[in-house]
Amino acid sequence: MAEFLQFLISGLTVGAVYALVALGFTLIYNASGVVNFAQGEFVMLGGMVTVFAVSLGLPLPLAALLAIGIAVVIGLLLHRLAIEPARGASAVTLIIITIGASIFLRGLAAVVFDKQFHKLPAFTGEAPVDILGAAVQPQSFWVLGGAAIVVLALYVFLEHTIIGKAVLATAANRLAARLVGINTTTIMALAFGGSAAIGAIAGILVTPITLTSYDAGTLLALKGFAAAMLGGMGNPIGAVVGGLLLGLLEAFGAGYLSSTYKDAFAFLVILVVLFAAPQGLFGRRVVERV
Amino acid sequence: MKSKVNLKVLMAAGVMGLGASHGALAQDTIKIGSVLSVTGPSSFLGEPEDKTLRIYVDKINAAGGVGGKKIELVIYDDGGDANKARTFATRLIEDDEVIAMVGGTTTGSTMAMIPVFEDAKIPFISLAGAIEVIDPVRKFVFKTPHTDKMACEKIFEDLKKRNLTKIGMISGTDGFGASMRAQCVKVAPNYGMQILIDESYGPRDSDMTAQLTKIKNTAGVQAVVNPGFGQGPAIVTRNYAQLGMTNIPFYQSHGVASKSFIDLAGAAAEGVRLPAAALLVGDKLPENDPQKKVVTDYKQAYESATKQPVSTFGGHAYDGLFLLVEAMKRANSTDPQKIRDEIEKTKGFVGTGGIVNMSATDHLGLDLSAFRMLEIKGGDWNLVASGS
Repeated sequence: MAEFLQFLISGLTVGAVYALVALGFTLIYNASGVVNFAQGEFVMLGGMVTVFAVSLGLPLPLAALLAIGIAVVIGLLLHRLAIEPARGASAVTLIIITIGASIFLRGLAAVVFDKQFHKLPAFTGEAPVDILGAAVQPQSFWVLGGAAIVVLALYVFLEHTIIGKAVLATAANRLAARLVGINTTTIMALAFGGSAAIGAIAGILVTPITLTSYDAGTLLALKGFAAAMLGGMGNPIGAVVGGLLLGLLEAFGAGYLSSTYKDAFAFLVILVVLFAAPQGLFGRRVVERV
Repeated sequence: MKSKVNLKVLMAAGVMGLGASHGALAQDTIKIGSVLSVTGPSSFLGEPEDKTLRIYVDKINAAGGVGGKKIELVIYDDGGDANKARTFATRLIEDDEVIAMVGGTTTGSTMAMIPVFEDAKIPFISLAGAIEVIDPVRKFVFKTPHTDKMACEKIFEDLKKRNLTKIGMISGTDGFGASMRAQCVKVAPNYGMQILIDESYGPRDSDMTAQLTKIKNTAGVQAVVNPGFGQGPAIVTRNYAQLGMTNIPFYQSHGVASKSFIDLAGAAAEGVRLPAAALLVGDKLPENDPQKKVVTDYKQAYESATKQPVSTFGGHAYDGLFLLVEAMKRANSTDPQKIRDEIEKTKGFVGTGGIVNMSATDHLGLDLSAFRMLEIKGGDWNLVASGS
């Protein structure tokens, strides 16, 4: 039981981060149809900026806010300078642009910061909490709670605000949204800024557990993308479920099966799911009308 | 038409000029080549090597050179690419006509360059870690860094002294971790070690509690060994403390022997043991230690010239350069064949990595005394007194 709980909590913690990255993918995908592969770099920026701001003597909450602010600005710049000028290009072209942006941001971080690994102190102490025999880092609660708040806030925003509904309308049909007077360019900028903020929050929450470095985003983007595919690209609930599921698969795979094959195991399950349901667990079936 | 003729004349003049200057240089300088990974993913190895070679060649030349001749250092940066390394190796031999080579940052680029130097019969002192570089022994290839096999042996030796023989292993799946794990599994029976459980983690994994929980729940594990590199071992160490496993002795490898590991792992690193080169604990070595002077001098010279903390990797380049310089002095010649013979005869050379005794069958020349067993106490390295 203690063993099961240990795997469960460690899986959920890692999964919550994948979920936030997947959510960032979803937001931009919905608004623009682009899969933003620079999503992992927002997570890295959240962690790295906070680390360096704290080392310069800023209190942690202020440093975290600064990191989110910088990530949002970079997200907006990414949209304004790279995506917007290529408006009208095919989705594949736009995806390649985001890959280029991701490499650029990584290189920039290596120069502006450094190539070392960095840590951030846990928000509320490092002494592990005992839950029925499982030792849990207090930071895990921060990650889980933070992820839950972000998901909730995003839900309220999308379902209960006019701007949120405009985002949903743009996602549903861009042309129709423009015809009813929604400025889809602003909505897209909003999506980039929002998903940068979500990524940065994930980075800040998780750095005390996982450490960070200039290239920490690459693997997270890959895992977050896999989670988004598993849940169904474009569905926020799917992104969260997909992320948590991927984290749990990895933890239980490493715990009960073999740690050597845990990644293979996780991706095998994803392949099986996508084989049975190509749209992902919660994906909409797209019907091409002729 | 006219421009073509001019070009030809220019080229001819250029070639003649080159030939002339080459001839003049060859008389009063000794050309030593080097191919290092100064940029790219292995830059944390190649950069200190590059700086070390430059600092010490300048020092040697300022002191009058070797046998009255100045050393001319030719360094190429392979960026961690084995293909480029091989091209540069050919260029060093054919264009630069070097008489010896100190370099080869990674095992990959070293292995790619070995055939070039073997064919040209030019001595090649490699700075790469893996044992494949010198096993089997190749006539012209030597190396200075200790091997991961020796690190395993050093850990097992310490475990045996503490009467701990049943161990668990958790290794990174990166090149370093995988290679060291394989060597540990291979030499474990020689020390009567029983590996009860053998776990692994990916080089970028962020949580190893699942693997450690398995080790924790394996009955009879008396100690845990973690071969790995980069941030992975720091996370393993933190998870280890999180799960309350600190009553089981925990061993890291020389792969994390840098101050940043203590910083990243924090309080969780207390009591962790690891084998490391004497260079890390130069100031803590007893006065009568034969390596004391060499490592403190090197540390002082490197840190005052670069304003960066010393690393064992730069030390490997120091050892390589001075192995070569000593051999050239003994040979009193710039003939590559004679230099090679003298490198092989090296006895009692005190370097930063240990005391080197080469032979025709051993082109590394280090024994287990090259590694010191350290324990992290109070956020700093401490030498473990033998037998404790």
